[in-house]
Formats: sequence, C-alpha cells, structure tokens
Amino acid sequence: MVLKVKDLVFAYSGVKILDRVSLELEKSEVLGVIGPNGAGKSTLIRCMNRVLRPQSGKITLDGIDIRDMDRMEIARKLGYVPQASKNSFPATVFDTILMGRRPHGGWRSSSSDVKKALEVLKLLGLEDLAMRDFTELSGGQQQKVVLARALVQEADVLLLDEPTSNLDIRQQLEAMAIIRKMVEDRGISALMAVHDLNLAARYADRILMLKGGCVFDAGEPFSVLTAENIREVYGVKAIVKEDGGRPYILLKGPAKKNQYLLNAASPFVNSINHRWHRSI
Amino acid sequence: MRSKMQNMSHETKAIGLEAIEAQYTQFVGRRYIFLLALAFLTVALAGTAVTLGVIKLSIGQVYEVILHNFLPDQFQATEEAQRVVWNIRLPRILFGILAGMGLGIAGAVMQVVLKNPLASPYTLGISSAAGFGAAVAILLGQGFFGSYLIAGNAFVFALISSMVIVAIARHKGATPEIMVLSGIAIMYFFSACTTLLEYFADSDAVKGVVFWMVGSLSKASWNELYVLCFVLAVCIPILVWKSWDFNVMSSGDETAKSLGIDVGRTRNLSMIISSLIVASIVAFTGTIGFIGLVAPHIARMIVGGDNKFVLPGSALVGGLLLAGADVVAQHIMPPVILPIGVMTSFMGIPLFFCLIMRRRKGYW
Repeated sequence: MVLKVKDLVFAYSGVKILDRVSLELEKSEVLGVIGPNGAGKSTLIRCMNRVLRPQSGKITLDGIDIRDMDRMEIARKLGYVPQASKNSFPATVFDTILMGRRPHGGWRSSSSDVKKALEVLKLLGLEDLAMRDFTELSGGQQQKVVLARALVQEADVLLLDEPTSNLDIRQQLEAMAIIRKMVEDRGISALMAVHDLNLAARYADRILMLKGGCVFDAGEPFSVLTAENIREVYGVKAIVKEDGGRPYILLKGPAKKNQYLLNAASPFVNSINHRWHRSI
Repeated sequence: MRSKMQNMSHETKAIGLEAIEAQYTQFVGRRYIFLLALAFLTVALAGTAVTLGVIKLSIGQVYEVILHNFLPDQFQATEEAQRVVWNIRLPRILFGILAGMGLGIAGAVMQVVLKNPLASPYTLGISSAAGFGAAVAILLGQGFFGSYLIAGNAFVFALISSMVIVAIARHKGATPEIMVLSGIAIMYFFSACTTLLEYFADSDAVKGVVFWMVGSLSKASWNELYVLCFVLAVCIPILVWKSWDFNVMSSGDETAKSLGIDVGRTRNLSMIISSLIVASIVAFTGTIGFIGLVAPHIARMIVGGDNKFVLPGSALVGGLLLAGADVVAQHIMPPVILPIGVMTSFMGIPLFFCLIMRRRKGYW
C-alpha cells in the first residue's frame, strides 16, 4: 500500500493549519512526523483518514483517491490511534479492542474477531486487563488498549498520533518495537506523530518535519534531525550524536531568548507564531 | 500500591488466552441470562396484573377468558369476565409493557448517541413537544394526518424538537451541558406554547388537554396496541442492529469515524427512530416521565456497557417499571386510579436519587 498526500491544505475558520503539505509513505515504512505543538501533526493525520475534510489537496491509497472510498473502506485500510480517548459509557477492555473489528464485520463480532482480539491482547501484554473497565485504566494502559484496537483493525497503514505520550519509558520502547515488528512482519506501513525526537530517530525510516503547517524538511533521520533544523523549528539548542547508525539528540536548552525573538520579528514567522498561540 | 499492582500482573500473566476467552464467553452468557430473567419477570408481572382489579375474578376465571379467545371451543367465559379481562385489563397491561419498552430503549439510544447520561425523551423536551402537538390537535383541531390527528401531530412536533437537538449536537464544541440545557429550553418553549393555547381555549377543552397531558394508560385498547406493536417491531430491531455502532460511537466521534462509522448519519437516524417511538407512545398515553431516563441506567448497572445488551435490557426494565407503576397506581387507593405519569415520577425520582448517590466514577 502506497499512501500519497499531495498539496494538502486545511484551515479552521480562515486560519491555515496545513499549507500545501505533501508526503509519500511506501510499503513497510515508518514515517515519523515531528514538529512543535500546533505545527499541524494531528491535523495532518486526521485529514488523512477523513476525520477532517481538507479544503484542497489529494490523498491517494495505491492511486485511488480516498474521496472515492466510503468510510468502511477507508477504515479497512487506515487504522488510527488518537492522542487521547475517552468513553462516555462503560466498556470492557476486550469489547473496546473488539471495536477494531467493526470495519470488517456486520452488526456484531464473530468468533474469528474474538480470536484476533485475543492475539493482540497477548501481543501487547494486556491479558490481565481484559475484563476491566476501559475508563478505570491509567492513561498509559488506555493508550495501549487503543493501540491494540488499531492493530486488530488489520489496516494497511497505521496512523498514530503520539502513541506513546502517556507511556513510561519501557512501555514506550515496547510499543515502538511492536509497531516496528508489525511493519516488518505484515508489510504494513506506519505514520506517527511523535514529540520525542529520539524515539523518532530510533524507530522511523524517514522523518517529516513540520513547522507552522508547512513541511520544513523531510528525509532520512540524519538529514532532518540536525542541530540547525531543531534550533530553527523548535527554538532549542541541541547536539546531535550518532548511536548504532541512528542520530541521537541531546537537548541543551532553549536557544537564546533575544535571538529567538529576533527570528520571530520577520512577518512570515510572526504569522506562524500567531498560529501556535491560537492552537495552544 | 505499585508492588501490589505488579503482583497482580504477575499472577494474572499466567492466565492463558483460553482462560480469557472462557471468561469472556461466560461474561457474555451471563448477560443473556440477565435478559432472560428480565423477560421472565415481565411475563410474570403481566400474568399477575391481569388477575388484579376492582371486579373480583378468580385466577381460574381470568385465564379461562384469555384461553377462550385463542381456543373458543375448549374454554368458556362469561360476558362480564370477557369484557373486564380481554377488553380492559389485558390491553392495558400489555400497552404499559410496550410503552415502557419503547421509552426505555429510546432513552438508552438518546443517551448513547448524544453521549450524555442525562438525555431522555423527557429531559430533551421531545415529550413536551409531542404534548404541544397533541394540544394543537385537541384544541384547534389542526393537524397533519386526518384520522390519527393527535398521534400525527405529536410525531411531527417530536421530530422538530429532536432535529433541533441533533443540530446542536452536531455543532462543533457542543458539550453535554449545552445539549441538556437546550433540551430544557425546548421543553420550556413547548410548555409555554401549550399554556398559551390553553389560555385562549374554553375550559372543557383545556380539561381535556390536562387529562391528556397527565399521562394515562386508560385509553389503551387493542387498536392502539397494534399500532404501537407495529412501530416497535420496526424500530427496535433497527436500533439493536446498530448497537455495535453505538458502542463505537461512545468512544468519541473521531474514533468512530476512523472505524468506518458515518457518525452524523447514524446519530440522525437513531434520533429520528427514537423520536418516532416516543411520539407514538406519548400520543396515546400523554407525558410519562423518568422511564426513559432511569431504565437505561438500571439496565447498564445490570448488564454493563455493551449496547447489544443495554438496548434490550433498557426496553425490558422500562416495560417492567411502567407496567409495575401502573399496577401500583391502580391499586394503591382503589377505586381511584392515579395518573401513570404522576406515579412514574413518584417512583422514578427516589430511584434516580439512589442512582446519583451510588453512581460510579465517570458515568452513571
């Protein structure tokens, strides 16, 4: 499955959140999307599975425009892990995971759906939570359950919006390893928005760096995760080292305040800053 | 705390997938048993209620009448017994059960699609809108459907009010609080409209409206029963068929969309269907509060959150509550029969407070 995004534009009441974003996601590839808060990472993901409707631009799956597909078709191809989720009514963890089978089934789950949910339960080590109520779980446990729901969906592309933000460090690495392994074993691909640059550096094949709704840079981790880019996009001083063939980023602190404000003085950057504040 | 959690996870890690599957199967099986038990209770209530009444008939006589109507040759019945049991008691208790079922399932659906535990036909103003429609029909003789003037009007107005709520719910950022408040606003608006109509109408007609609004099962006859039966037979399967979608929708609109659910369409469709149910009940009985609010919560306490069980469960609990309240209303101070709408509120409010006090974290 090759996913292509071309010149995507999305605006909330006139303010552009995404401005002509283009990207390509190959089969068996993990693409990390990084950028500061309000750069448009979540919006990009939500436009891709048509939770939001972009104003213009084209998204294709193996050459087919997703506007020509109905929701169920899209749901069978694109799995989605939202940043946070809440249930307004009680549901067991197992029933929550089973929801991932909805795009494949009729009005209720079959025994093969139950089997698949059980396998994913084991894969993520959630066995002991199976009969617990989703809302009673910790944020990290909920995140794992939501990831499980996306895995049981058996989509060709996983869209992950900060899938590890609530996990402790061990769970972060475990979750990333599971996503990596899924990508390699099943030949699916994954697009994930991440805040942790080192997680992106370690687990993504390519990185897309967003700033103010535009693609700032894209490519191999080494070419994107440079000290200059990080300073330019985040306003943070960083040292980039190498570890096991991957970049390793050591954050030193915010770039000098007056210099940052000096940068922000140009009209272009100013409008972007305005956007950041709006979305914060 | 932490070490306790770890111990727990170590112990349970030993549980295999077969054990979890067995646990889940048992969990689901228990829910079917709960539903069967509720269905059995409903039948038992109906069976008992037909034997109760001012006119003393023995249990044997009562069942002879019922069997007489199915097998006229084998069983005999006196004319009086036939009139009391077959024309009055039986349709009344059956109508009570069906009306309660309809209100219960409509409330459950509204709560889940609006993601609001306070939603119900009553609190969202749908009942009072239907009441206004009926008042227009009674007082002005104006309406939309000739022979079913009152029911037709009640339905159209119920639909208008539910569409307003759907529109507000779809509006970005509409919180549960805003939706309940707009429901209450709709309720007050239509109450005010009804009062205005009554103010200019003559007193006999107003009395008719008041008697209609207060809620009563006394108008129940086999004809009304057939209409309601037909409406429920069409609507309930559609709602139960959508129950998995409702489950997915309670995880949020975004998640539901990403799992292939057309959230807007499902929400509109289910609001229209539940309004149709409510309208066809309210049109025949008048306003009956609290069943639609309380029955789904009781059902969730018994069967958990899966709507595949919550919807039938709410229907059964609603039927039991309404029919039970009607039995109490008839026999608490004979020969006076208290209005059912008053009775469900008197019985529903303590129950509701009880639920508020005992509510679990995060939901009701």
